[in-house]
Amino acid sequence: MSLDKAAVARIAHLARIKVPDEELDHLAGELSRILDFVEQLGEVDTADVAPMASVAAQKLRRRPDEVTDGGYPEAVLKNGPETAEGYFAVPKVVE
Amino acid sequence: MTYIQGETGNWEVVIGLEVHAQIISKAKLFSGAATDFGSDPNSQVSFVDAAFPGMLPVINAFCVEQAVRTGLGLKAEINLVSVFDRKNYFYADLPQGYQISQFQQPVVGRGQLVLDLPDGSSRTVGITRLHLEQDAGKSIHDQHPTKTFIDLNRSGVALMEIVSEPDLRSAEEAGAYLRKLRSILRYLGTCDGNMEEGSMRCDCNVSVRRPGGELGTRCEIKNVNSIRFVQAAIDFEARRQIEVLEEGGTIVQETRLWDTTRLVTRSMRSKEEAHDYRYFPDPDLLPLELDPAWVEEIRRALPELPDEKKARFMADFKLSAYDANVLVNEKAKADYFEAVANGRDAKMAANWVTGELFGALNKAGREIEDSPVSAADLGALLDLIGDNTISGRIAKEVFEEMFATGAKPGDIVEKKGLRQVTDTGAIESAIDAVLAANADKVEEFRSGKDKLFGFFVGQTMKATQGKANPALVNEILTRKLKG
Amino acid sequence: MSALTRMTMAEALKGLAAREFTAVELTEAHVRAVEAARPLNAFITETPDKALEMARASDARRARGEAGPMDGLPIAVKDLFCTRDVLTTAASHILDGFHPQYESSVTTNLWRDGAVMLGKVNLDEFAMGSANITSYYGDVVNPWSPGDAGAWERRLVPGGSSGGSAAAVAARCALGATGTDTGGSIRQPAAFAGIVGIKPTYGRCSRWGIVAFASSLDQAGPMTRTVRDSAIMLRSMAGFDPKDSTSVDMPVPDFEAALTGDVRGLRVGIPREYRVDGMPAEIEAMWQRGVEWLKAAGAEPVEISLPHTKYALPAYYIVAPAEASSNLARYDGVRYGLRVEGGNLKEMYENTRGAGFGKEVRRRILIGTYVLSAGYYDAYYLKAQKVRTRIKQDFDAAFTRCDVILTPTAPSGAFAIGEKMDDPIQMYLNDVFTVPVNLAGLPGMSLPAGLGADGLPLGLQLIGRPFDEETLFRVGGVLEEAAQFTATPPFMA
Ligand SMILES: [Mg+2]
Ligand SMILES: [Zn+2]
Repeated sequence: MSLDKAAVARIAHLARIKVPDEELDHLAGELSRILDFVEQLGEVDTADVAPMASVAAQKLRRRPDEVTDGGYPEAVLKNGPETAEGYFAVPKVVE
Repeated sequence: MTYIQGETGNWEVVIGLEVHAQIISKAKLFSGAATDFGSDPNSQVSFVDAAFPGMLPVINAFCVEQAVRTGLGLKAEINLVSVFDRKNYFYADLPQGYQISQFQQPVVGRGQLVLDLPDGSSRTVGITRLHLEQDAGKSIHDQHPTKTFIDLNRSGVALMEIVSEPDLRSAEEAGAYLRKLRSILRYLGTCDGNMEEGSMRCDCNVSVRRPGGELGTRCEIKNVNSIRFVQAAIDFEARRQIEVLEEGGTIVQETRLWDTTRLVTRSMRSKEEAHDYRYFPDPDLLPLELDPAWVEEIRRALPELPDEKKARFMADFKLSAYDANVLVNEKAKADYFEAVANGRDAKMAANWVTGELFGALNKAGREIEDSPVSAADLGALLDLIGDNTISGRIAKEVFEEMFATGAKPGDIVEKKGLRQVTDTGAIESAIDAVLAANADKVEEFRSGKDKLFGFFVGQTMKATQGKANPALVNEILTRKLKG
Repeated sequence: MSALTRMTMAEALKGLAAREFTAVELTEAHVRAVEAARPLNAFITETPDKALEMARASDARRARGEAGPMDGLPIAVKDLFCTRDVLTTAASHILDGFHPQYESSVTTNLWRDGAVMLGKVNLDEFAMGSANITSYYGDVVNPWSPGDAGAWERRLVPGGSSGGSAAAVAARCALGATGTDTGGSIRQPAAFAGIVGIKPTYGRCSRWGIVAFASSLDQAGPMTRTVRDSAIMLRSMAGFDPKDSTSVDMPVPDFEAALTGDVRGLRVGIPREYRVDGMPAEIEAMWQRGVEWLKAAGAEPVEISLPHTKYALPAYYIVAPAEASSNLARYDGVRYGLRVEGGNLKEMYENTRGAGFGKEVRRRILIGTYVLSAGYYDAYYLKAQKVRTRIKQDFDAAFTRCDVILTPTAPSGAFAIGEKMDDPIQMYLNDVFTVPVNLAGLPGMSLPAGLGADGLPLGLQLIGRPFDEETLFRVGGVLEEAAQFTATPPFMA
């Protein structure tokens, strides 16, 4: 599997990571090598094998419906790069 | 079938709805923060909801129960194993950079919902699925000239996304679907259905086609927040698509926005690029496994739902489908009606509740929950009619007084001296006086002008200030005129 | 140099209990050691004031007779654990200035038991790496170096990603350190630095408050100088946490009690697939020595097969980046950390994430994004998950024939800074023996077994059944006793 420059640019955009144009070719090479490496999984017979998403050997635990958290807006906002009037602020979004 | 007439012939509109219904719960789906509406910004936010590093989700048992209850209310399959997936996309009010949702294995599968149409008929619409997911925060665009403000209070609140089959064929049907769904959710107590506060939001998938033809390309209108707007948006969108097609154009599959000021749909700039959500099972959670006995317990505890109630009202009270619909659509109305009808003439109770009461409430802009006339008092009023204390006509007067002042019907009747006259002698003398004063009309009646009977009844009632027992008046008049 | 920094945890606890020295004295000695070890670049943040404050509180507790199981022991914390009001970076530019307002569950447990925090130690950025060369805060240097004993050269990597933890413990700046292990990040640096590290069973330690790399693989564990110290420290770190849905509600055993020295009759699995091409002879020899030691102690070696071993690494390099690409989406410049402005929201995201993530992290996010994207999910992600099932099945089958598995920890000893850097695949091969353990969620331990020809430590790995860390400690104790690893690195604080 080989990725070209355009594909890398598309993925980078999907991941919201700015990649300078001059790095795209190099990155395409690296990513292609990694994909070549993982390609060998094709040799494994996985017919009738269930995919494994987690090794945790238990059922999903549920918590009771009680308010036990929140109520600390200062702590939530404390690390904010930009806050105003109790909100986080970002560049204006036009819908 | 309702078709839309275009320049080049008839078109059929095909609609599927995705409703996001906010679950009634104290705490959020995956965090212990509160869910109340209208609190100070970011005050109901845990570090989990704000997606701080290292924070992990733990699911709220009651939210799962609410989803299962809703599924059962929609006569749907409950999936005993379901999976939470991450739906990945970037947005300022989506702190994790993904929404925890259910994609391939939702908690609830196929179900159905019966539409009650205005003509009293009904039609079944398929429910594709119901899944659990977290809500996003809120972006506020209008408080700063160059900034969008982010409030995460809503971030992480539990939602049920309820997806219908593309079974709806008109804006009216879409409206009926939403009203019915809201009614069921409220009966179940799983969502308050308040579209203005955003606790129920609707995405509309709309396409048009030639009657019976191939499905057309659909557009999705996002987050419409009232039934009226849903209907208007669908109508607008269907017409827009027909116009495009009739001019030889093609429909582009896209996400559109309902512009509430210009009353048009338009392409959403922020969602213009093709999405690739990269769903995969959330490794912070495990599959959700339900115990079938627990599901059965919830099923057994389900309240009577509008469809069953309607059937019972029609069977037990001999109500028409129309009356029954009007009464069951809100549980409070149905309960009110039943309290009035119990042990009384049900048809009469239905007439009074749907006629006088709903009319008065409507005029006053009040809900059944804050009706000035209680069900017990309305029942007492009907009892006064039943035992001939007052006539139906006087009862309407008494009802108006009850509605205006909240007074008891018996007190009003006593205070105003409205008790019906049943004394035969008094009625006879009143009739005698009426007949004497209208000798010419008596002649005319006797020579065949039957219609005048009503005139004599009217005059007699007038002379007794409406208090004469109408049956006695009829009986005595008949005897005197024909005798 | 102070004798106080040369002790094991167990010895220090004894000394504290006997009032031979105070927690403050012990901590002061370690604070000085941390300063002296700055050439290693092991620490991102030193917290001497906090350490002394905690030490004073510890002495007060001990005076009241309320000392906990780790009371007064100075340790280092991998800078992947969120620590309240203390800068937490994950060694990434993107977490610039981040001061969590909460404390991770594992560190909360350690402080509950009286441990003292010396500071936050360096790591590969977001724990992605095997050499501690991807940190925004610079490379960590291994206190070991090849050549003449006693002559230290700034040359070798400490392994990764818990490289700062390994270097700090080996150089005697801390009695122990927390690590995290997603594909070998505790065991491989432990091997490179001649110390003990254990990755517990998935679910044994809470992940709450640890910056996530790959959620289905991440697990915290201790890094110490002896097996007994790891037993002491793991007992404090582990435990059920209702805030982590993958945490297991199981009592934490007294791991120290498992150090019986008795392995008679124990079946030790030797997986034939771990004899990989190009493995240095001295590693092969060390492995064989390990087998002999256990045999001499009465254990019974059995050859086993883990046929899907070679597919663990490619499966890992799909699963881990996929989860990471999603876990790292939250670093967007909105709520904490670095923000690089842009003309609009999208530009702000791209600028922030472009500037905030280093090359390796970026590479893995891109791979992860790709393998989950439309049209590739089944071929890559789903396939990798199925292979993961196969790997787990291999271990399940093996554990019907043996009670514990013995392997080398890594296919080589520590290598030079700058080596293997231009080829990600070469770097990834470091984890070939450790990754299968994470994929299967099993407990694994690395302990120093001896020195190679160039005078560098080499590690042996023990792999156990789920939640059977006790057998690892039991066997580890016996191997430790047999190996008599007393060598010390040329650089010590
Ligand atoms: Mg949707
Ligand atoms: Zn949704």
